[in-house]
Amino acid sequence: MNRRLYGQLIFELSHPGRKGVKVPDNGVEFAVDIPSALMRETPLDLPEVDEPTVARHYNNLSTNNFGVDTGFYPLGSCTMKYNPKINEEIASHRDFRDLHPLQPSWSVQGALEAYYTLQEALSEVGGMAEFSLNPYAGAQGELTGLFVIKAYHESRRDYARDKVLIPDSAHGTNPASAALAGYKIVEVKSLPDGTVDTDDLLSKLDDTVAAMMMTNPNTVGIFERNIPAIAEAVHGVGALMYYDGANLNPLLGVARPGDMGFDVMHINLHKTFSTPHGGGGPGSGPVGVRDGLQQFLPMPKVVKSAEGSYEVVTDAATSLGSVSHWLGNFAVELRALAYILSLGADGLMEVGKLSTLNANYIKERLKDLYLLPIDGLCKHEMVFDGLADKSTGVTTLNVAKRLLDMGYHAPTIYFPLLFHESLMIEPTETESLETIDAFIDAMRRIAIEAKESPEMVKDAPHDTPISHPDDTAAAISPVTTYRQWLAANEPS
Amino acid sequence: MLGTCGVDSLDGLYADVPDGLRLARHYSLPDEMSEKEVRDFFDALGRKNRVMTCFAGAGYYHHYAPSLISAIVSRSEFLTAYTPYQPEISQGTLHYIFEYQSMMSSLTGMDVSNASMYDGTTAAAEAMLMMNASMRKGGRILTSATMNPRTLAVMQTYAHFHGIELEIIPSTASGMTDMALLKSRIAAGGVAGVVVPSPNYYGILEDFSGLSDACHAVKALLAVDSPASALAVIKSAGEWGADIACGDAQSLGMPLSYGGPTLGYLCSTKALMRKMPGRIVGATVDRDGQRVFVLTLQAREQHIRREKATSNICSNQGLMTLYAAVYMSLMGSRGLEEVNRRGIEGAHYLADRLAATGTMTLTYPDSPYLNEFVMTVRPGTDAYLTAAAAQGILGGVKIDGRHVLIAVTEMQTRTDMDRLVAVAASLV
Repeated sequence: MNRRLYGQLIFELSHPGRKGVKVPDNGVEFAVDIPSALMRETPLDLPEVDEPTVARHYNNLSTNNFGVDTGFYPLGSCTMKYNPKINEEIASHRDFRDLHPLQPSWSVQGALEAYYTLQEALSEVGGMAEFSLNPYAGAQGELTGLFVIKAYHESRRDYARDKVLIPDSAHGTNPASAALAGYKIVEVKSLPDGTVDTDDLLSKLDDTVAAMMMTNPNTVGIFERNIPAIAEAVHGVGALMYYDGANLNPLLGVARPGDMGFDVMHINLHKTFSTPHGGGGPGSGPVGVRDGLQQFLPMPKVVKSAEGSYEVVTDAATSLGSVSHWLGNFAVELRALAYILSLGADGLMEVGKLSTLNANYIKERLKDLYLLPIDGLCKHEMVFDGLADKSTGVTTLNVAKRLLDMGYHAPTIYFPLLFHESLMIEPTETESLETIDAFIDAMRRIAIEAKESPEMVKDAPHDTPISHPDDTAAAISPVTTYRQWLAANEPS
Repeated sequence: MLGTCGVDSLDGLYADVPDGLRLARHYSLPDEMSEKEVRDFFDALGRKNRVMTCFAGAGYYHHYAPSLISAIVSRSEFLTAYTPYQPEISQGTLHYIFEYQSMMSSLTGMDVSNASMYDGTTAAAEAMLMMNASMRKGGRILTSATMNPRTLAVMQTYAHFHGIELEIIPSTASGMTDMALLKSRIAAGGVAGVVVPSPNYYGILEDFSGLSDACHAVKALLAVDSPASALAVIKSAGEWGADIACGDAQSLGMPLSYGGPTLGYLCSTKALMRKMPGRIVGATVDRDGQRVFVLTLQAREQHIRREKATSNICSNQGLMTLYAAVYMSLMGSRGLEEVNRRGIEGAHYLADRLAATGTMTLTYPDSPYLNEFVMTVRPGTDAYLTAAAAQGILGGVKIDGRHVLIAVTEMQTRTDMDRLVAVAASLV
């Protein structure tokens, strides 16, 4: 980290006249007359920088970042497993990278085969009949899944269904997606053990309900064992079951959403199937459906002919329509396929169990010092309600920031909303026992520090490139561009 | 570890999963592969693709991407990070997103930019949702038949399910929006917003003079949709007086990658900032008074506002904004202008030569275009595209049996263009 020398914005390294690249010369000079009223008048003020300066600037920036390759990243609900590098190599393979999306099908048979093969593999893992890989991220997969559900009800001229049921423990994306799909949201209560309150659910079920959205294991990391009864009741009123794939990882090799009664689901390839998160994307959120709902999936779609060739179909009367420019984040799909092929059937069968083993081990070794509101077996993650000893005044936020000092990414904090001091830890299956033991030691040390020197913990982090950024100031008078920053920092 | 967990087998960890739900068999998937086998597998698949000299555009353009981009975006610290929720250890990501936002704001002429949408089609759909939400009871959205049809398709999907009335204004014989009709529909009232393309799907630059005034007179908002790179030379959304700029930024250093990942940009006036979907990075100071960056205005977002959020977006296209930021840093203003000039001059040269073959004519001869144009192909589009493919050339994007959309960038040499002209000349 070299913040002193390299903390500047690229704009501040600009010198008029410098250029970082020579633009290819296509050898054409041709007089063109476009009315000036249609052309740009305002001068562009992009930085003018030489290549070495750009290289140093961004390489040094990267050293102020923490990734899975930097250290342990126990961020609950995000499944930060290791991202194998062979997948990166495949994603930038020239024979895929330089394909234009609107090339004719005959010239992209390899790309379409990759799409189709991944679609089939996800169907096998999800217990679904077919997947569309088009949605760009989990949230869009979820939205597309709700579109499928609405298209299904509309196809039956069942227009009275205007509600979606969502457990109160759900991530904010669920209600946001349902609202975007034009539904009213009805919350279903949780029992003290974190699972869905079936009685409350039954009282809210009627023929105005379009769907029930759930994760399983749920947001607290607990398996919803009443799922067959829930599915039966939901289906009983003619509604569909939606599976949010955020927590699919612990079920790999153990159980399939399709076998639990779910009708529609999405998968986050950037969680379960190891594609890198890229600092917030690009992800990929394939949506899958059980038999009987395939005709509602989005366009375009890849179909396989009897002779084994592939074709892109762009219109079908029953489809919900289109949610993406083409076939989604294709290079992300390639990575996920490379991961599935690397692990193979045997490897994938182990993923869920090992992720669950790691999580339960952490839970058991920390539950004397951290408050575990729901005891018993967890799946891939667990939620503590802060430190067990509340007398020190050290909060979950303080614990999270202190972990940064110790070289760890923080767990997910203050989510789920069921507890005041939620601290949600998901280790994934790719961490060794040594890494996990060292993390447990760090967590235990923080609990001791909280007793012995609470002020030091409350004042963390102490050893990060920056500390205590003023979030309030950022929100009160937002400065979101360099130009605004200049205006706000003009010498008066 | 099992002992610590109080179980004697891995299966014991799933004692809470009812037997009937347990998968009783192995996955029906291939056996595991070594890295070499994985590589061989994709090499073999790759050979089933055909990479061609690319005169196809229609929203996705084959531009030169400097080598430094792939070197930077492969840095593990960037690639394997999550969303920068912990600013103390995420300054790298936050810093480049702030730079990206600054560059996009400059390109579009707007006050603020978010940290990206998924692609151009969803950026336009989100612009539509933003405009719809800005009217208390919602309102109609007007758009144009000259928009990219794939963008229109996504807007229609979102509009249908969300319950937004979306009206598509037809185009004229010159390949442009029927502006008189659009303005009269705006004046008719009940309109929350208007989305128009520049250049449009046919590569044509439309004249939006007076459009923002017409919108604002009835309290409607205006969004202009453009491919990002072109904004270096065309009148920007800001210069047209628009409230929102949206579009696809694939043209800023991202590979074609068979359509993804790319990124959608969404920029707006300061007045609409708090209605903006997605993440936004802001500058602030830390305890030592140094300038630092954080995610800001998070109260807009789904994880706080749940069903009242403007959008459900969480993950965006984070890493792709790094492609754009490194690309624009290397290009600078003049480089980006030069890229556009090469495409524009190349396109006009090629259109001129193709027309000279006598087998095709410029479909909209009186409409000003940029680096992309429509030709009417007398022997038919399929015959033309097939003949081009036989020469290893992707000759454009088929519009219908008689019309083809052809794009030129700095990547196709004069020799490539002359080869395409020879293909056209060979058609009977």
